[in-house]
Amino acid sequence: MIILKWLNSQLLKMEWLFNLIKLLVENVFGLSIEGRLGGSIHFFIYDVIKIFILLSVLIFMMSYIQSFFPPERTRKILGKFSGTLANILAALLGTVTPFCSCSSIPLFIGFTSAGLPIGVTFSFLISSPLVDIASIILIASIFNWKIAIAYVVVGVILAVIGGTIISKSNLEEYVEPFVYSSKVLENEQEELTTRDRIDFAKDQVLDIIQKVWLYILLGVGIGAGIHNWIPESYITAILGKDKWYSVLLATFVGIPMYADIFGTLPIAEALVLKGVGLGTALSFMMGVTALSLPSIIMLKRVVKMKLLAIFLVIVVIGILIIGYSFNAFGYLLM
Amino acid sequence: MIIKILGSGCKNCAIFKKNTETALKEVGIEAEIISVEDFKDIAAYGVMSTPALVINEKVVSSGKVLKPKEIVKILKK
Repeated sequence: MIILKWLNSQLLKMEWLFNLIKLLVENVFGLSIEGRLGGSIHFFIYDVIKIFILLSVLIFMMSYIQSFFPPERTRKILGKFSGTLANILAALLGTVTPFCSCSSIPLFIGFTSAGLPIGVTFSFLISSPLVDIASIILIASIFNWKIAIAYVVVGVILAVIGGTIISKSNLEEYVEPFVYSSKVLENEQEELTTRDRIDFAKDQVLDIIQKVWLYILLGVGIGAGIHNWIPESYITAILGKDKWYSVLLATFVGIPMYADIFGTLPIAEALVLKGVGLGTALSFMMGVTALSLPSIIMLKRVVKMKLLAIFLVIVVIGILIIGYSFNAFGYLLM
Repeated sequence: MIIKILGSGCKNCAIFKKNTETALKEVGIEAEIISVEDFKDIAAYGVMSTPALVINEKVVSSGKVLKPKEIVKILKK
């Protein structure tokens, strides 16, 4: 138990790094980390280094696992199941299948033209940006394990319920017709060797870091700003636990934004430190990651307005419910 | 030989194209390289992850930026 606790605080929360940067800020810069400037410098350096270390290790592990689940295999597995079970599996596979918003369209077409129900595809599309292995561990590092697991569970439930509603509403006619007439390719990928998988994982680490480093710096920068420069009273006046509209506001500010979970977490972290409800911070994070203007615009090219609107409404309502429930019951997780 | 690279104009596709050119030079094959960027055309090949490589209308690889060495191997088949 003591060993686990030590691993958790040193490897996951990186207390050694916290203390190291504290020494740096106090002795080299001559600033107290209790002070404003010292505090934000400390938050920035510590969070940036921590996130980059965790991110590299996590993407490597995640990509290695993902190399076993290319979209072709996921499609094959999903085709064997039906009903809610298929939605549950789609949501779970969404957490391990390699996927970024830029490939959502070919994936949507590939799943749908192969005859998967659109509800199952939507379960996959909702869960895959929202929940993945890296985000679970990062949330555990910044908050704690209970919150991380609760986040995954509600994310998967949202994906299952959202997809099921879409399945039950018979919306197939609102998919652009060309999607159904697309060819289904059964190209059997050659079996990868362990070496291939390691190479793939390494490439993914470099690729993703190149894509997200700016978002992380921005996210941590904003987080450091919130952490030390904006008075708590301002923030709680808008986003405080007692404000009924806080979750609503956080969700709608988050939706149009395009960033990934790694850039968003430091902002959520700073908000929670400033007395914002956990649910409010999570709904901001979910709004940013699950929905964004670019992904909505891309989806619009393969589905008609009505289906797109239903999808958006379901996800937004889901995020709001999750936000309000975490605000109400979040104290059980802290 | 007609070679097509499927992918919606991302950075990876540019790297892929360069790698393909290098590979072609190495095996000494003259071929036309066409970039397919429209997602409808990409979907028509049934590809689910980009970038993908198509040789003479046959999809030979998808979801991976192949290195010149790997492309050479495919070209020699």
